Amino acid sequence: MLGEGILRGLAETARNFAGSFVSAERLTTVQYPEQRIAPMEATRDFPFLVYDGADWEAGLRCVACQICEKECPPQCIYIEKSKDKKPDFTGKPQFYPARFDIDISVCMSCQICVEVCPFEAIKMDTEFELSTEDRFGGLLLNREKLAKPNEHYHKIHPAEAAEVDARLAGEKDKADAKAKAAAEAAAAKAAANVAAPAGPEAAPGGNAAGNPTAKPVEGESRA
Amino acid sequence: MIETADQIFVLLKHWLVGFLPATWQPVAGVVLSVVAIIAFFPALFALTVWIERKGLGRMQNRIGPNRVGPLGILQPVADAIKSLIKEDIVPLSADAAVHFLAPLLLVAAVFMGFAVLPMGRNMTLVNMDAGLLFYFAMGASTELAVFMAGWSSRNKYSLLGAMRAVAQMISYEVPLLMSSVAVVMMTGSLSLTKIVAAQNHYTWGLPHWYIFTPWGFAGFVMYAIATTAETNRSPFDLPEGESELVAGYHTEYSGFKFALFFLGEYLAMFSISGLGATLFLGGWSAPFSFLGWVPSWIWFFSKLMLSICVFIWMRGTLPRLRQDQLMNFAWKFVLPLTLLNLLVAALWRFLGEGWERWVVCSAILLLAYAFMGWEGMRRGHLGPRRYRYAE
Amino acid sequence: MTGLISPEPSELKVEDSQVRKSGPGAPSRMSVEDSQVSESRPGAPSLAERPEGWNRPPVMVPDGEGELLEVAMGPHHPSTHGVFRMDVALDGERVIRLKPVFGYLHRNHEKLAEGMSYLGSMPYTDRLDYICSLTNNWAYALAVEKLTGQEVPERAEYLRVILGELTRVQNHASSIGFLTQEMGATGTPLMYAFKAREKILDLFEGLTGSRMMCNYMRFGGCRVDASAAWLDAARKVVAGLPGFADEFERLLRTNEILMARTQGVGILRPELAVNAGVTGPMLRASGVNYDIRKVDGYGVYNRFKFRVPLGDHWDVYDRYMIRMLEMRESIKILEQALKEIQPGPVMSPTARIRGFRPKPGEAYGRIEAPKGELGFYLISNGGPNPYRYRVRPPSLINLTILEDMCLRQNVADVVLIFGSVDIVLGEVDR
Repeated sequence: MLGEGILRGLAETARNFAGSFVSAERLTTVQYPEQRIAPMEATRDFPFLVYDGADWEAGLRCVACQICEKECPPQCIYIEKSKDKKPDFTGKPQFYPARFDIDISVCMSCQICVEVCPFEAIKMDTEFELSTEDRFGGLLLNREKLAKPNEHYHKIHPAEAAEVDARLAGEKDKADAKAKAAAEAAAAKAAANVAAPAGPEAAPGGNAAGNPTAKPVEGESRA
Repeated sequence: MIETADQIFVLLKHWLVGFLPATWQPVAGVVLSVVAIIAFFPALFALTVWIERKGLGRMQNRIGPNRVGPLGILQPVADAIKSLIKEDIVPLSADAAVHFLAPLLLVAAVFMGFAVLPMGRNMTLVNMDAGLLFYFAMGASTELAVFMAGWSSRNKYSLLGAMRAVAQMISYEVPLLMSSVAVVMMTGSLSLTKIVAAQNHYTWGLPHWYIFTPWGFAGFVMYAIATTAETNRSPFDLPEGESELVAGYHTEYSGFKFALFFLGEYLAMFSISGLGATLFLGGWSAPFSFLGWVPSWIWFFSKLMLSICVFIWMRGTLPRLRQDQLMNFAWKFVLPLTLLNLLVAALWRFLGEGWERWVVCSAILLLAYAFMGWEGMRRGHLGPRRYRYAE
Repeated sequence: MTGLISPEPSELKVEDSQVRKSGPGAPSRMSVEDSQVSESRPGAPSLAERPEGWNRPPVMVPDGEGELLEVAMGPHHPSTHGVFRMDVALDGERVIRLKPVFGYLHRNHEKLAEGMSYLGSMPYTDRLDYICSLTNNWAYALAVEKLTGQEVPERAEYLRVILGELTRVQNHASSIGFLTQEMGATGTPLMYAFKAREKILDLFEGLTGSRMMCNYMRFGGCRVDASAAWLDAARKVVAGLPGFADEFERLLRTNEILMARTQGVGILRPELAVNAGVTGPMLRASGVNYDIRKVDGYGVYNRFKFRVPLGDHWDVYDRYMIRMLEMRESIKILEQALKEIQPGPVMSPTARIRGFRPKPGEAYGRIEAPKGELGFYLISNGGPNPYRYRVRPPSLINLTILEDMCLRQNVADVVLIFGSVDIVLGEVDR
């Protein structure tokens, strides 16, 4: 009969009206900024650089390979390599970024930089309330602003961070084992050379120049 | 005690007027009532705006305004301040005098309609014998104001919008009047106070409101449709629809004049709901005889606000009708049914008391409604459909 | 500036055949006398001097014996489809001519892709049809996989189907909501649709990290695996979807006003639809049985049982109902997929996502996106960037038929017909 559909629609609206007072399912408003929804683990907003330990400059994982700069679609990353090297978590001397700027007004949070980084150095943060009144430099984050400790990474992405740490620890163990094996081999060779009377040229200096990873490793523990 | 509560405003007025010399008392009494109406109904308008926004919000599963004042109750104040401080733009080529007068005429004409509504026992401002006639005459003046607004703006869009609005209002005047004529016929008087008095009887505790009769119910439904169209509310709000090409007759108005149009529309809603309550819902009489102790003006205003809530409910649910569909609906569906309603009302009177008249009248109305509805849908090839699927 | 936004009719070339050539009289040219203009003030510029473009006022132009009112609807639309302009010529209330003008959102997507690696274009595909980012990703990944000849593991295919169908559900719900909003049902059905959409977007955020710009598909699989917790959450959301569909349908399906506004309006005949290249729900509402999920059987769609609803009256009501019914079919597919998904890898072990150079050749990968057939045509010349990257945008191709659908209809229906085409300007303009 005419009007039936209209009455059904009215009944539906009335049900929603009444329901919005009694059930949270109907009234889903979250009154920002007094109430906030906790960000999910997988949320990605803008990148940050991870560093291990207490000193951000010494512990920065980034080795300025510039792969993320090349792959970034809107090209918002600016990296300048350093002239000298510093040792990374396995002890190998690597370059580090003298300058690492991300323009987050250009960044589109696509997370490709995180995907392509071979050193687990850059990860996605979950902070989005970054508006600033400084329109000329406020949204250009430099190395210092981007560097955040590994603990922060654990706080925002616990499962991912645990996995990354396990992998890095595995790599470190492998590197340590290789270093120990190389050191033992070198020591054995030195011993052999010392035992052999003819061989003054087997100087210890030659071994020392052999394998750089045999150098004493920094005793910092990887979490 | 109950009498005092019921007549409190009347007693207050008499007390205040008593301070003046005798020759000034009648005039002062009228002026006082007028001031009370002019003060009260805009306040009710502010409350209604708040109710509408919160109500629509809840129907859409969201909270309405809640930042301005507790529960957002000061939102109408914020809106009023906003409209007052806006720049009043008058188009250069507009007819300035008419442009200025149109909103004033609208508001004035609508306020005149309040003069004859019985808002409680002994609370009619002017107790006219031809109160209903006066009311409809004033209602027609509002259409003039709408057209003045569209014409004076010197804007093709506004003119088109005004013409559409006026055409809509005129076509729905006839069903509005015809549905009230049935009430007049049964009461035998055009005076609104007499119409309320005729409904103020109880049988076994239930009232004799006209809506509880078949012809009264049908009349009320058609009156409700006509009032929705008269006040340009959803689903008949094409003249002021946002997603339409023509922006409406109040395009060229800004600031306070626009607020006056808005106020005029809502006041028209109040007065026409008040009239509907008077004609069909028994005006200020209580729904059950044992509730007679509640003051009469409370009943009147509750019925008014109930109608307003139904308006808001319809606005939140129903999409808009197109202009030609709206007009077709008025002339080809509502008007014939109102004429039939007159016949059924007469039949009701002449069949005398008893259950026969209930059956006969209800049957005639239901059959007519169902037939016309079915015919209308069939003519437009409308109807729910079945769909076929491919695997 | 004018040439970029509204191409002059005389300059339309063959490639611009997407834009319908305007009829005789070239409505965008003001070749009429000043006396036609009813709103000239003393000192106002004459008609010949008035600027063309979106902000020119409506004028009456002669046409045969009578006059037509020409007006530009847009680009500021109260309806929410984006910046789009329609130059309509009206005789009273009837539409005599309609010329769509777009390009306000052109962002150079295809040219940018020529300068970027294949992986770098993936986030930009998110932003084509920005409501359905995952299906855009899928189409692009499909095209690149065809170009490089990569295989996709089974779990990744299942995840792609799940995410694609979730995208379809939320797109159709939003589209119906927007249509009713334009009809004047002050946003109530839209709010209900968005409530369900929020749950789906939360699912997307839990898996891909972002609600709308998901950037999730990769060449050879998906970026990350879905945990068991996520699959459980997805099952819970999908369990709530039939109730939402029921409520949504109940609100408006038998509503007489809706039927009066949409039935018999905007009829698109099937032959015309096929000839114009219309695809997607619009085509199926015109009764043509063509769903790429059935025709191509890409992914693992041939493992699922689902039906394809078809319309018989070819009007706006049919398009609206077809989307509603397709939503229900998608829910069925989701239930099946979530039940059958097995653990496994989500990236093919031989997958290359960056730094690869496909052999010279071309590939066209297409899917049934919620708006129609979304295709990516790639030509590689052996370098790390594509030589030519072309998007077949379903919204644009569906729009070419707009004038034919709107002719001789009421101007109040134009907005409804436009809404029933269901376009997103990001895709139309790229």
